[in-house]
Amino acid sequence: MSDTALPRTAPRRRTGPRLLGLPFGIAWAIAFALGLVPLIRWAVLIATNDLGANPIEFLTRSSGTWALILLLVALAITPLARITKQAGFIRLRRMAGLFAFFYVCLHLMTYVWWDQWFDPVSIAADIWKRPFITVGFAAFLLLVPLALTSTKGWVRRLGGANWQRLHRLVYVIAPLGLLHLWWIKAGKNDFLDAGIFLAVLVVLLSFRIAMRLRSR
Amino acid sequence: MAYIYGMEAVMSAFSSKDIPGSEITPENIYFNRRSLLLGAGAALAASSAARAQEASYAPLPANRNAAFTVDEKLTSFEDVTTYNNFYEFGLGKSDPSVNAPDMKTRPWTVSVEGEVAKPGMFDIETLLKLAPMEERVYRLRCVEAWSMVIPWVGYPLAELMKKVEPTSNAKFVTFETAQDTASMTGLRRNVIDWPYTEGLRIDEAAHPLTLLTFGVYGKVLPNQNGAPLRVVMPWKYGFKSAKSLVRIRFTAEQPTSAWMKSAPNEYGFYANVNPDVPHPRWSQASERRIGEDGFFAPKRKTLPFNGYGDQVASLYSGMDLAKFY
Repeated sequence: MSDTALPRTAPRRRTGPRLLGLPFGIAWAIAFALGLVPLIRWAVLIATNDLGANPIEFLTRSSGTWALILLLVALAITPLARITKQAGFIRLRRMAGLFAFFYVCLHLMTYVWWDQWFDPVSIAADIWKRPFITVGFAAFLLLVPLALTSTKGWVRRLGGANWQRLHRLVYVIAPLGLLHLWWIKAGKNDFLDAGIFLAVLVVLLSFRIAMRLRSR
Repeated sequence: MAYIYGMEAVMSAFSSKDIPGSEITPENIYFNRRSLLLGAGAALAASSAARAQEASYAPLPANRNAAFTVDEKLTSFEDVTTYNNFYEFGLGKSDPSVNAPDMKTRPWTVSVEGEVAKPGMFDIETLLKLAPMEERVYRLRCVEAWSMVIPWVGYPLAELMKKVEPTSNAKFVTFETAQDTASMTGLRRNVIDWPYTEGLRIDEAAHPLTLLTFGVYGKVLPNQNGAPLRVVMPWKYGFKSAKSLVRIRFTAEQPTSAWMKSAPNEYGFYANVNPDVPHPRWSQASERRIGEDGFFAPKRKTLPFNGYGDQVASLYSGMDLAKFY
């Protein structure tokens, strides 16, 4: 053990925005790579023939799970930025939201293509008759305008306040997505995953309510 | 390297059969011809591993009964033994193949009781010798809209019924699955009100299609498939075919099955395969054949009574099958 004292905080020249000590570009690239992990994992499992006996069921469930996870990640970013005092996180929020939309689209694709084989009548009947599909589809529809208006151009066009109002739809979308999962799992009284998602969602929404109450 | 693996699988497919390889296409190649075309040697290597797994089960050979054999491509041994619903061993499809091997299937006794003249505890060894075994290739249609084609080994439940002589009061039969708390970790979760029970009307139980099953693919049943004995009723959704039986009870009253108790709006007593009666959460009009219908083929149409209407439809004449689902 050496007692040689090292300076606690080495003076560092800041050349640009940083996140957790990393140049923002690097942090962004890491976040982007993490967002691709599920997709890469599927590609590997397909290549090695390891998707199991029912690959389509696997991909449907996996894409749905990741869509929900990324929705919660997007919702976690504001609290995370506040708690860690790292404003740079906010700049990753759009990416998280778009990844959530990406996996929602893949999830919808597994259903439209492999489950329903592009049968519009059957799909319409399903949306009409089965509540868990109704809410899942509603969540998808509500997510579309958020994805479309995610660009800087749209923020400008709508104006910050309007844009923010529109994007509060996520507080409807996330519970709808979770209800979609909850109703699927209800058949087997299997609420372990859905319960975890619910707990995280409650924590994230409580944080916002607490912030709102505080700022009054 | 993958190519060499593939060749090994081919050679083992030849040598495992006493038929000159020049005369037939080995099923290994036949079943995997799409993988071959895609050059996926890994698929063959995997099926070679499955073959090794298959070889580890004790043989239970039986002559095939052509009258009870559907002429459709068999679902692979690997898929039949790794894609299972057996919630006592976990909710995931692969959980049973991982957890069930810990269950002890010897000694094993089955209590046959209730409205019968000769009730008794039947040892598994006695049951294995009670009637001649035969192999039957049945379709299996899961209520979750997927299906398989499986070569079972067993004999009609009617053979056991002859031995125990149900009384004139016996109108229904209940099957009860084991509750081995040591190996069945799924029992800790209240998915349903354990033990798992299923039931049949007495004429359904006595129907020649109802098979008391001890083996699959010429081997004793792997635990995840319901060892050491189960029933198989191919015209009903798979969950009716209760596994790892410890009790068979004959009663005057219609029993309430575990699933009827758990989700009465989703599961009725009869659970006959019926494309016209949807599950509340999905359509039953079509099904995905495991190992066949996938990325490049749509699901196939589901047949009334899973294609066994000629044999069983008369059991339900005059009944509103939308009401008695």
